[in-house]
Amino acid sequence: MRYETDVVVIGAGGGGMAAALSAYKSGADVILIEREDETGGVLNQCIHNGFGLHYYKKDLTGPEFKETLQEELERTNVRVLKGTFVLDVSRDKRITFVNSNGIHEIKTKALVMTTGARERHFNSLGIPGDRVSGIFTAGVAQKYINLQNLKPANSALIVGSGDIGLIMARRLHLEGIEVKGVVEILPYPGGLERNVQQCLRDYDIPLYLSHSVTRVEGKNRLSKVYVSQLDGTGNIIPNSEKVFEVDALITSVGLIPSVKPVEFVKTGPGFITSNTNQTTEDWIFAAGNCTVIFDLVDYVAREGEKAGKYAALYAKNEYISQEKITIKKGKNINIIHPSYIDPNQATKLYIRVSRVFQKAEITIEPLGIKIIEEEARPSEMVEIQIKPFKDNLCKEIEVSAHELG
Amino acid sequence: MVAVIGGGIVGSLIAREINKYVEDVYLFEAKNGIGTGVTKANSGILHGGYDDPPGSLRAQLCYKGNRLYDEISRELSIEVKRIGSHVVALGESELAVIDELEEKATRNNVKEYRILNRDELFEMEPNLSENALSSFYCPIAGITEPWEVAMQAARSIELNGGRVFKGKRLVEVAKKDGKFELSFEDGSTYTADLVINAAGLYADEVAKLFGDDVPKIFPIKGEYFLFGKDVRYVNSVIFPMPSELTKGCLVIPTVDGGFLAGPTAHGVQSKQDFSTTRDGLAEVKEKTLKLIPSLDFSRNVVKTFAGLRPESNGKDFYIDVGTDNVIHVSGIRSPGLTAAPAIAKYVTEYLIEEKLHINLEKRQNYIEHVEKVSHFVETDFDYWSKAIEEDPEAGQIICFCNKVTKQEIKEAIRNGARTIDEVKFATRASFGECQGSFCTSKILKIICDETGLRPQDVLLNEKGSWIIDSEVRSI
Repeated sequence: MRYETDVVVIGAGGGGMAAALSAYKSGADVILIEREDETGGVLNQCIHNGFGLHYYKKDLTGPEFKETLQEELERTNVRVLKGTFVLDVSRDKRITFVNSNGIHEIKTKALVMTTGARERHFNSLGIPGDRVSGIFTAGVAQKYINLQNLKPANSALIVGSGDIGLIMARRLHLEGIEVKGVVEILPYPGGLERNVQQCLRDYDIPLYLSHSVTRVEGKNRLSKVYVSQLDGTGNIIPNSEKVFEVDALITSVGLIPSVKPVEFVKTGPGFITSNTNQTTEDWIFAAGNCTVIFDLVDYVAREGEKAGKYAALYAKNEYISQEKITIKKGKNINIIHPSYIDPNQATKLYIRVSRVFQKAEITIEPLGIKIIEEEARPSEMVEIQIKPFKDNLCKEIEVSAHELG
Repeated sequence: MVAVIGGGIVGSLIAREINKYVEDVYLFEAKNGIGTGVTKANSGILHGGYDDPPGSLRAQLCYKGNRLYDEISRELSIEVKRIGSHVVALGESELAVIDELEEKATRNNVKEYRILNRDELFEMEPNLSENALSSFYCPIAGITEPWEVAMQAARSIELNGGRVFKGKRLVEVAKKDGKFELSFEDGSTYTADLVINAAGLYADEVAKLFGDDVPKIFPIKGEYFLFGKDVRYVNSVIFPMPSELTKGCLVIPTVDGGFLAGPTAHGVQSKQDFSTTRDGLAEVKEKTLKLIPSLDFSRNVVKTFAGLRPESNGKDFYIDVGTDNVIHVSGIRSPGLTAAPAIAKYVTEYLIEEKLHINLEKRQNYIEHVEKVSHFVETDFDYWSKAIEEDPEAGQIICFCNKVTKQEIKEAIRNGARTIDEVKFATRASFGECQGSFCTSKILKIICDETGLRPQDVLLNEKGSWIIDSEVRSI
């Protein structure tokens, strides 16, 4: 069968559902594609609360956040294709997908990529040792426990103190799995401060900062994890080795944006976009974790909403791509999103600093914007609003951070 | 009954060859999967046969084996890609070795090679180090998936009236009325008229059970990095100049589009030590970067692993008749994968027929062709669409990285897969960059649904490699 539509959205997680809704509200005919049998993405397995504080001004669980979007989606004419996998996105705006009804094609005017991210796997880290069962990404462990009612461990060590790692430390502990600690290679935690408090300190789970896993051992199933302390330059401190006797290692060592199967737009590693979520290919928009990794689903949904709106406007020839200004990472900035600004439109800038500050001053030049951020850390994104501006001479914007006082 | 001990590529192909003459062939594998020992952690290269020591059994069987892979590929429906190989001279000092290779090739009667100059070489391999000056190019060299060859050979045996057993470790042999009584660790016994010992790393120990001595096997560890498909580093197999002991650390394309860097070659104490090491991985990195400086070890690595190869002091294959009707196929080090089809013929046509004087006659009803395992993503959309019409599950993608469908996973289970790794090696599900993060839990569920196993009974691979301890709460 051949389909035709204005906007196709690939990926029905928080970002994609918000994108489909806003494209619909902007008057577009929309098809939303999801490769799993259910919409919602990772929200389905995040049964803890803390979602929606910004987007809905309510404290929701992951499934509640999804349900709120889902209910709204059901009141629209958005066609949702579940259990559907996109095989190809071609330059002439054709999207080929496969599902249990066959292989079909959609001719579209615009596309929104909300394909999320995958977890970096332990196997890719080059850490020596036995290749054993019992090493799970935090997301996989979470899925087994929360969705499949399956307990994958009796005792565990967590490596990586990103939010998923912290959340899983608490989750495993509450399900009677002995959590012997969380190991973090950096000198500061990778996740939000609120999660360090609520998931580790509240349960006396030790956090080993500046520590690294050096070896895993076991006969078919994991039995021991070797951990050493690192000095300021990342070298192992002699005689600092600790051995943890556990049957599971749960990893939370980063997320990698998923950009497949789009191959012809600029990525690095996620989609490079403008403040209107447009990629280097006019008709393709992108939002959420497939661009950069966000701290909160609230940000992802907000970005998705914006991408859906601009994609719909683009499909109706009401948003035409403008000359864009490049945003450059200056001193002490690790991540900046978006990478380009259409100055006629408002911008929400997301920044990660590259080190810990007591009091950081973040400057955006030549726009003359200055923000003071107390205790700025790489793990917490800073958001900055920029109003539309007219400056024909401005070709490049640079964002930097420095310590005040 | 003819018993073959060892379901690696060598044992499987021998059993299949004998099965062309004898219906009652039993293949016994100690591990939980066919092709999961030495065969699994292998470079997957079909060597050209030019550089083995002239006069050795290796040299005799390598080139023959290479040539037989066209037939094997057709009959067993396995992928063989003859992408060619280069032995690369880095710097003036290595140019002389190319002449030595040419001389060896001549003595081994291998004519399929060319010496390439720098321009020709870079046209084929633009990512090579600037220091590359020339290469010994062998167009008949290639790659295959070694475990797929073994698994398809095993299917062919089952298709032709033979039997394939997994998880059966031979522990005792008794002679009775000119026959062998074989006892296995699980308590079962079988009586065989003829036994082929192709037990890989353990062939020396199995030989002892028959009262025979074959050269002792030393496990040699080879460590590898597996790279994803995002960057096309090389088009063919890239060797450095060989040393006395090994062919060195290489860069090798894999059949499904990834790349391997490795292996190292270091002796280890235990035949069960499959661990990777800090030094070994560092060595692979250092050596392969000299060949392909753009290898991105920080971003493109999918996984690291180690395999063991069975080496013996003679550094040659040991393939001969033991006491009574037993044949030992031992010390099958590199180029064992390439030689395997020729070893199968050598054992059958030379050792069984000529040396043991057992008269073999081709079976009339023998089915040569084994159907290909479905990899829908490699077919055209018309073929795939028809498959979905017949079975909607052929349209349900379970493994997102390698686009493996539910139908393919169920097919692997129908073909005998019970562990996650067996499904992985049969279908490539969970082989990709996410390393099973999205699909392992689904595969586990499909195995349970299809076989009636409980989640806590499904193993990653071998005994003890459990994934699930229990239910979180009983419902």
